[in-house]
Amino acid sequence: MDTLDRVVKPKTKRAKRFLEKREPKLNENIKNAMLIKGGNANATVTQVLKDVNVFVLKAINFVLQYALKKPYGVLYKKKNITRPFEDQTSLEFFSKKSDCSLFMFGSHNKKRPNNLVIGRMYDHHVLDMIELGIENFISLKDIKNSKCPEGTKPMLIFAGDDFDVTEDYRRLKSLLIDFFRGPTVSNIRLAGLEYVLHFTALNGKIYFRSYKLLLKKSGCRTPRIELEEMGPSLDLVLRRTHLASDDLYKLSMKMPKALKPKKKKNISHDTFGTTYGRIHMQKQDLSKLQTRKMKGLKKRPAERITEDQEKKSKRVKKN
Amino acid sequence: MEGQSVEELLAKAEQDEAEKLQRITVHKELELEFDLGNLLASDRNPPTGLRCAGPTPEAELRALARDNTQLLINQLWQLPTERVEETIVARLPEPTTRLPREKPLPRPRPLTRWQQFARLKGIRPKKKTNLVWDEVSSQWRRRWGYQRARDDTKEWLIEVPGNADPLEDQFAKRIQAKKERVAKNELNRLRNLARAHKMQLPSAAGLHPTGHQSKEELGRAMQVAKVSTASVGRFQERLPKEKAPRGSGKKRKFQPLFGDFAAEKKNQLELLRVMNSKKPQLDVTRATNKQMREEDQEEAAKRRKMSQKGKRKGGRQGPGGKRKGGPPSQGGKRKGSLGGKMNSGPRGLGDKRKGGQRPGGKRRK
Repeated sequence: MDTLDRVVKPKTKRAKRFLEKREPKLNENIKNAMLIKGGNANATVTQVLKDVNVFVLKAINFVLQYALKKPYGVLYKKKNITRPFEDQTSLEFFSKKSDCSLFMFGSHNKKRPNNLVIGRMYDHHVLDMIELGIENFISLKDIKNSKCPEGTKPMLIFAGDDFDVTEDYRRLKSLLIDFFRGPTVSNIRLAGLEYVLHFTALNGKIYFRSYKLLLKKSGCRTPRIELEEMGPSLDLVLRRTHLASDDLYKLSMKMPKALKPKKKKNISHDTFGTTYGRIHMQKQDLSKLQTRKMKGLKKRPAERITEDQEKKSKRVKKN
Repeated sequence: MEGQSVEELLAKAEQDEAEKLQRITVHKELELEFDLGNLLASDRNPPTGLRCAGPTPEAELRALARDNTQLLINQLWQLPTERVEETIVARLPEPTTRLPREKPLPRPRPLTRWQQFARLKGIRPKKKTNLVWDEVSSQWRRRWGYQRARDDTKEWLIEVPGNADPLEDQFAKRIQAKKERVAKNELNRLRNLARAHKMQLPSAAGLHPTGHQSKEELGRAMQVAKVSTASVGRFQERLPKEKAPRGSGKKRKFQPLFGDFAAEKKNQLELLRVMNSKKPQLDVTRATNKQMREEDQEEAAKRRKMSQKGKRKGGRQGPGGKRKGGPPSQGGKRKGSLGGKMNSGPRGLGDKRKGGQRPGGKRRK
């Protein structure tokens, strides 16, 4: 444990808990995101960051009795004059201080208008960074609809074959999943699936839309879906990228052996889809097998007595 | 007639079903890939419909989104559900998309000195109660920590023992003893920590900064240091009684390329003769040396085993250095290095094949 590895041990239980929350674990915490404004951040970019913070990065603890909101994103209010692609030290410092491994940096200049850098960290060092340009932005406030409650887990859909063709796009897809997926849950309320984030890659642009889900009646159990536009919608253009080298990426993806899925023994499947199971039996004494009782073959008391007498005589003879 | 009506009914039922399902079916050329643990769907179909849509493809995007969402919802509704407090809840599978971790894997820490000893001896921690009855204050108190049961620094009356100096402050003595104990504990903790961190760094060729080194190790370290100058140790002076380093000559000697033709001819003919001969040639000196070395190693191994058996209690296997079938490759390959006594366990047994960390084959008395 890292707390015991320190030269100066924590003196209070609270400090110890704080350190334990931040140390590397087998099952990791949910990633936090930090949203930072750059030197010149104009209204569009700030609005994007605010929307993402308010809407996407809140999470409700899925306990049915009460709702506890925990923010998974921190919006830095002050402007930070840094350039992520040149100097990553200040980003890494912030990440270490606030224990955030995802970040979004918004800025605006003449050369790169409405710039948004999305990135993630591994061990508080920058792993991947992708710069996106915002072309069209419609904010939450501009769309006058009823919004769904904050903090539900969104559904993510990626459309377009571009997302698998280039390495850039593949990393971008992985980064977006990481950013927007929210806490991992084991159960989900079917009525609570409220909104969907849809990313389409088309003609070099990425269209990001969020829709609210309306479940309509269909003839059978599964409802018919109707969508209603809600939430921020962005048209993004891929600009620069700073992707991690292959071996660093491989290192970050390494899964501990304990978390690898365990094989279930004694279960096999055949090509037709039938599942077979093996049962290992102990050796059975077939004479004591419980079979169907046939009343006609039951021994009558007279016969049983004669049998016993025979057995006794045999025993006497042997002795 | 009836047969026909039955068939008609069946056909009608099928049609109804199809109509019902029509509302929720979506036709796609390529199936979507689902990761239900993350509520994720990936559509690999090329967006041909959208390409011809023009600058504002909103309606087409929405239609595409609706289709994809419908398919995802269909998949989600097929998951096993259970009823939890008046709501229907679906159990999600594990997420299949692999995403990078945010922090590296936790490293296993090496055992502390006490843990190693306990493992060797087979000592297990005894289960103790949290609270102990304290007679003095007649209440249940902790076994250790703040306001513990028997705290000898907190006594208000201490009898001066018979052999002690009457002017000595017994209270201060107890407080001092406690401080010393705390300091010793802290020292041991830091030492364990240093050992743990040292393990995590690659070791610098067995050159330890603090004690625990044998004479040979120190000698070797000194030799390496001597030779690590710009002139490879030629101008390093030796102390008055220091002996010349052992085994520091040329490692291999090659014959000159041309010179003694007769000797060369003789050597090559001898080589051919040995290769052609049916019976294997025996080099008596090498054979006897090997035999003697093997006997030595066996004796050493036996002695070690006897001393180990004396120490161990219950036949529990100790870990670490005293493993019997030690890494054989280590013993065999270390010919050229300056002796290989780098904290490895019994290389004796593993050395049977090639023998020799000792340079030179002849046995020295």
